[in-house]
Amino acid sequence: MTWEVGSPLSIISILAVVIVVAAMLIWVERRLLSFWQERLGPNRVGYFGLLQVVADMIKIFYKEDWIPPFADKFGFVLAPAIIMMVILLSFAVVPFAPGVGVIDSNIGVLFMLAMASLGAYSVMLGGLSSNNKYALLGALRATAQMVSYEVFMGISLLGVVALSGSFNLREIVLAQQDGWYVIPQFVGFVIFLIAGIAESHRLPFDIPEAEQEICAGYHTEYSGMKFGMFFVGEYLGLVLISSLITVLFFGGWLGPAFLPPIIWFSIKVFCFIGFFILLRAAVPRPRYDQLMSYGWLVLLPISLINLLVTAAIILSMQ
Amino acid sequence: MIILFYLAGAVALISTVAVILQSNIVHALIYLILSLLAVAVVFYTLGAPFAAVLEAIVYAGAIMVLFLFVIMMLNLGKFSVDQEKSWTSGRVMLVPAIMSAILLAQLINVLRNYEHSIDVVEVGVLEVSALLFGPYVLAVELASILLLAGLVSAYHLAKK
Repeated sequence: MTWEVGSPLSIISILAVVIVVAAMLIWVERRLLSFWQERLGPNRVGYFGLLQVVADMIKIFYKEDWIPPFADKFGFVLAPAIIMMVILLSFAVVPFAPGVGVIDSNIGVLFMLAMASLGAYSVMLGGLSSNNKYALLGALRATAQMVSYEVFMGISLLGVVALSGSFNLREIVLAQQDGWYVIPQFVGFVIFLIAGIAESHRLPFDIPEAEQEICAGYHTEYSGMKFGMFFVGEYLGLVLISSLITVLFFGGWLGPAFLPPIIWFSIKVFCFIGFFILLRAAVPRPRYDQLMSYGWLVLLPISLINLLVTAAIILSMQ
Repeated sequence: MIILFYLAGAVALISTVAVILQSNIVHALIYLILSLLAVAVVFYTLGAPFAAVLEAIVYAGAIMVLFLFVIMMLNLGKFSVDQEKSWTSGRVMLVPAIMSAILLAQLINVLRNYEHSIDVVEVGVLEVSALLFGPYVLAVELASILLLAGLVSAYHLAKK
């Protein structure tokens, strides 16, 4: 068993590490949030409360897995599975380090965008099949938000693709040896960051599940492990977005040689995860119409202009 | 690869039949998405990764989302399921089934004499874009004008 792209060792360890990290993020987020809010947070179970996640998981497995009699069973069961599948599939194209990855694909960026667009079905089906007005409202909001922000997400990436001349994420990382793309593509980076938060509907863009207005949004009717899948799926999405930002704009595994590449990759990813959690602690939630008009009236023109300017500069340099 | 091609083709066929036979419109739509994804896999196995991903992004990921969005807003309940059931009952489906069976027989008859093995030629993103913005640039521009017209008219209708 060797470390190669696509070897069983590589695939199994990526799957295990990604899921464990996503689950542990529940604890990390609660501890960090309480740190910023001058509380202690969960610190009772195990050292520093590290086993809190295990306790939560045991609890969630023992909860009644209830399917409401008025719900559409097919869609209700399918919805949480979709979000897990789609996000785990996206990790297939992420290059973690030289030799660590699932597939070295020439269409990596496009594949990632395709998976992101399929992720919208999870919230839509969840809300629609719950047959509950709050769930439906949440699903409507989620769909509009995800479909619109997907557009800017795609366009903001095109600058990076044009600079590196490839849709292959591994080649994009290697093309950043002379300098990270965050410098020439700073606008693209900011737009991708915002669109990424909106795609994974985390606070401050958690409008589809805003507790104060619409209960819990699209997963109002979910309980037990089905809710757990939505919950872990959200953290998986957080890890995915952080990894993608690292790969596309911050040179992936590249870094000074005194640390191995995978450590550099993890450090960068964890910085972004911490940043996303800080955002949750610091920024209030915008109104739904503000979010939409901000996207279409501000982000779309800026991302188009960014693409145009990047292309013009590349052409004039040739 | 060739086994994948036939498997994906079978999935596409079965799920398309399921689209027609399903009486619940949301379930039918899920089968349609499955069918489109299967077609994307067919494209990929034939050596067209770009077309495959576009199929997944545009058809399965964007157009079908809008379909589901509209269905969500219409809030079709039990009534539409019953109506659909009455439309897809045995008697009503008989004549269309016979007619499509005739067409299918003709299609198979034509394809029977057409001996061709599947030879996979991998066409990457670069080749496709070079073609699109080389010999076919006029078609691309015309399509963009058509889309712009659609956009303007949608804006006009939405303003009313």
